[in-house]
Amino acid sequence: MCDVCGCGDPAIVSEDLHAKILSDNDRVADHNRDHFRSHGMLTINLMGSPGAGKTALIEATKRMLPDLRLAAVSGDLATDHDSARLEAAGVPARTITTGTACHLDASMVHHALHHWDGPASDLFFIENVGNLVCPAIYDLGQAANVVALSVTEGPDKPLKYPVMFRAADLVVLTKSDLLPHLQDVDPAQIRDALARVMPEPRMLVVSATTGEGLAGWADWLRALRANAKPAAPTGSVGSEHEHHHDHDHATFD
Amino acid sequence: MHEYSIASSLLRMAEEQAAKHAAARVLGLQLRIGELAGVEVGLLETAWSLVRERSCCDGVDLAITFTPARWECSGCGASIAQGSLLACVTCGGKAQLVSGDELVLDRIEMEVV
Repeated sequence: MCDVCGCGDPAIVSEDLHAKILSDNDRVADHNRDHFRSHGMLTINLMGSPGAGKTALIEATKRMLPDLRLAAVSGDLATDHDSARLEAAGVPARTITTGTACHLDASMVHHALHHWDGPASDLFFIENVGNLVCPAIYDLGQAANVVALSVTEGPDKPLKYPVMFRAADLVVLTKSDLLPHLQDVDPAQIRDALARVMPEPRMLVVSATTGEGLAGWADWLRALRANAKPAAPTGSVGSEHEHHHDHDHATFD
Repeated sequence: MHEYSIASSLLRMAEEQAAKHAAARVLGLQLRIGELAGVEVGLLETAWSLVRERSCCDGVDLAITFTPARWECSGCGASIAQGSLLACVTCGGKAQLVSGDELVLDRIEMEVV
């Protein structure tokens, strides 16, 4: 009702909100982050195109870090092939079936954590749906975003998908064993493209087939895990757990 | 296309505000979307036209302000052009995005009977 004279005409009310439209997702992501911290899990949101080598990278990580307990959830539209592969490689894994959804959001991960029936883990991978667009803007509660980019995708992908690569803490250039067959792909070009979209560009060149670069990847994860540990042994929540940029050894190795 | 889920989140926010103010309907929504927000404005408008049906926002179009990506040196504040190397040519400082990643509902206008 009109509050000037009480005449019964409708009144117009405006509210200045300046509110993030994904704030609901961000709240659930913070909740997930608390869960990962309190359980001592270093969580990686692994993104990349379909076929970029995300599953193969997790399989290789298992071989490189035998002393750590790995586990994973894989976002998949229709199958559980990825989690079956990971299980076969010794990584307890469950599928988040997204149906037609092109990305994981924090609620889907939260639901998966509630229904997790696998063992505890030190290093937890969220293997996102293969897509260089949609997953980029959804915080899942991870400690770091890693983007797998395969050499066959061509050198201009960072420029074509700047939102994804800006969100990355690390880019892993996969399938480096194929480089000799690709006349037009030079990792230097990819580094240049990354330096135009990532303020702190970091890229590792790896091959899950030959093992090239995997030691650097394992080092990067170990350093992140060391930095993520709460300062006090009894503390389950450490503010230093979040994104770290103080480990520069991985830059453009 | 994640714009449908963004349109759904936007509708939830509008419904919350409408309930809070006991509004009969929503009259207008002002949004700010950055060049690097990861949202395609045209797709969001299409998705919005579907989710708003038979809601408190039925018939309400989105008023969208588009903000271009602006990078600055975190050291000396020099402007760094979008698409160039993201390091300061003057002092070598790191680039920081000062605007262009917004995905924000700025203002809602409602009719209260």
